[in-house]
Amino acid sequence: MRDLFALRRKIPPGTRRILTLLSAWLLLALLGPMLAPHPPGEIISGEVFGPVSAHAWLGTDYLGRDLCSRLLWGIRYTVAICMMSTALSCCAGIFLGIATTVTPVWVERVLGRLMDGLLSIPSLLFALLVVATAGESAPALILTMAIIYMPGSYRTSRALALRIVRMDYITAARARGETRSFIILWEILPNMTDPLLSDIGLRFIYAVLLLSNLSFLGLGVQPPMVDLGSLVRENILGMAYGAPAVVVPTLVIALLTVGINLTLDRGRV
Amino acid sequence: MKGRPGSLSAGRSVMGRLVMSRLGAAGFSLVFVIVTIFVITSALPGDVADTLLGQGATPEATARLREALHLDQPAWLRFWHWAGGMLTGDPGRSLLTGHPVSELVLPRLHNSLLLAGATAAVSVPLALAAGLACAMFRGGWFDRIVTFLTLATVSVPVFLIATLAVFVFAVQLKIVPSLSDIGSIHSVWQFIRVFLMPVLTLTSVTVAQMVRMIRACMIDVLSAPYIEMAVLKGLSPQRIVLLNALPNAIGPVVNAIALSLSSLLGGVVVVETVFSYPGMAGLMVESVAARDIPVVQCCALVFCVAYLALTTTADIVGIASASRKRDA
Repeated sequence: MRDLFALRRKIPPGTRRILTLLSAWLLLALLGPMLAPHPPGEIISGEVFGPVSAHAWLGTDYLGRDLCSRLLWGIRYTVAICMMSTALSCCAGIFLGIATTVTPVWVERVLGRLMDGLLSIPSLLFALLVVATAGESAPALILTMAIIYMPGSYRTSRALALRIVRMDYITAARARGETRSFIILWEILPNMTDPLLSDIGLRFIYAVLLLSNLSFLGLGVQPPMVDLGSLVRENILGMAYGAPAVVVPTLVIALLTVGINLTLDRGRV
Repeated sequence: MKGRPGSLSAGRSVMGRLVMSRLGAAGFSLVFVIVTIFVITSALPGDVADTLLGQGATPEATARLREALHLDQPAWLRFWHWAGGMLTGDPGRSLLTGHPVSELVLPRLHNSLLLAGATAAVSVPLALAAGLACAMFRGGWFDRIVTFLTLATVSVPVFLIATLAVFVFAVQLKIVPSLSDIGSIHSVWQFIRVFLMPVLTLTSVTVAQMVRMIRACMIDVLSAPYIEMAVLKGLSPQRIVLLNALPNAIGPVVNAIALSLSSLLGGVVVVETVFSYPGMAGLMVESVAARDIPVVQCCALVFCVAYLALTTTADIVGIASASRKRDA
């Protein structure tokens, strides 16, 4: 506990910025749909691809539904699915990555080979393969993306942990007779949180990109659910008129990914 | 001469060993990929026969289809037949049309290779020039603009760039058709018109990634002591980058280029769909939507092999250049 409080005081500005940004998106995903002016499926206007107005704040979509409400729901699904899959993949990847630095060598040999194998399947291809057989349900998507991004997280955290495990205080902890899980959780993990967080942020962006691409292809989130990629897909005909229905979701995706990436980049330089 | 430690021949044998172990790893990955493709497409819950025939199917029809698809056989036997067929060039028949998968895939593969080749031909020189310029004028306005643009490009989904290209070139300027029709190519101008948007989209994604990696490689090399020496001698930054740093950065740069080309794949899938380009990725997306598993399996395997070949090449170039540095 004392470690945690000491850590909170020492959060570097880069880490604080990225944490703030991620929690802002999470908050928007949680509260956004409550602020939606209309139900997401309701047709509110006879005009399709309508312009911005007092009635429809961001115009209407290809069926005359309120884009603002649908966008708020879309943000919820995109952020929720991607955050859950990132959390799953990073928890597993980080734990395994650190664990293999304190376990016997053969564990790393086997696990490392498996992770290399997973890495040799391109991410979009892997997702397409799963969708082809298991269908497009949200749990399947979350689990698939969790598996896809685990090897990357495993490699990063293992590389970070390898540097820490050689330190004297780890040797000291071993000499004290601490258990492996104690060393992993309380000696190694707290000392690599900052670089790990930027790795997690990066994986979240990858997940958003992958999910958006899948949904754009019609193989991701399915109606009546809606995410940012499927919003662009269903309104793509509005491109010819420059309708807000296709421009705004595109901008929101860019805002989400470029924003996080720029914040991470600033921390890196 | 006997091979002393540190001599040229000793360096070569170390390199040979590293290359062999990398090839071994690639071989393992290939086996892993084949097994994974089969496991995902055949062992996941959900019966292909049920999916194909829909809910209204009679039990007899489902049973007949299951038999025709060999779904009544044990998994290992199906895997044996399937993997054997794949490796001997007989990937089976499409569930949808009944045509041999190879007949469907080969022309599409040709088109995809054409697209990838055109993209590589445009993007590699462009990325090299931009990456080197960034390293030469590091911190200047050019570097800053390029760094921001490439960061923005790699962090938005590919379809965003594709739709933007459609909007600008097909909707606003009306200079190109928004769909690719390969059959109508009879002249160079038509060739350019058909390929412009798919290649442009793929190029911008690939170039962005390559520039970032090339810039990082160059900056890494530029931090070496001999570069500091050259700076102290009063050589111009342009001369230092081109004559002193570039020859030593060729290994990492080629590595970066090969890695970026391998990540082109995700882009190809989206681009071929957006522009209705008749390539293999488009075929795969259609087959996934139609649950035509044999076609999906074959496309996936071809893509994975290409990906594996590129990443392995990248690593071997990296190993070779590292060992050359050790020898020197």
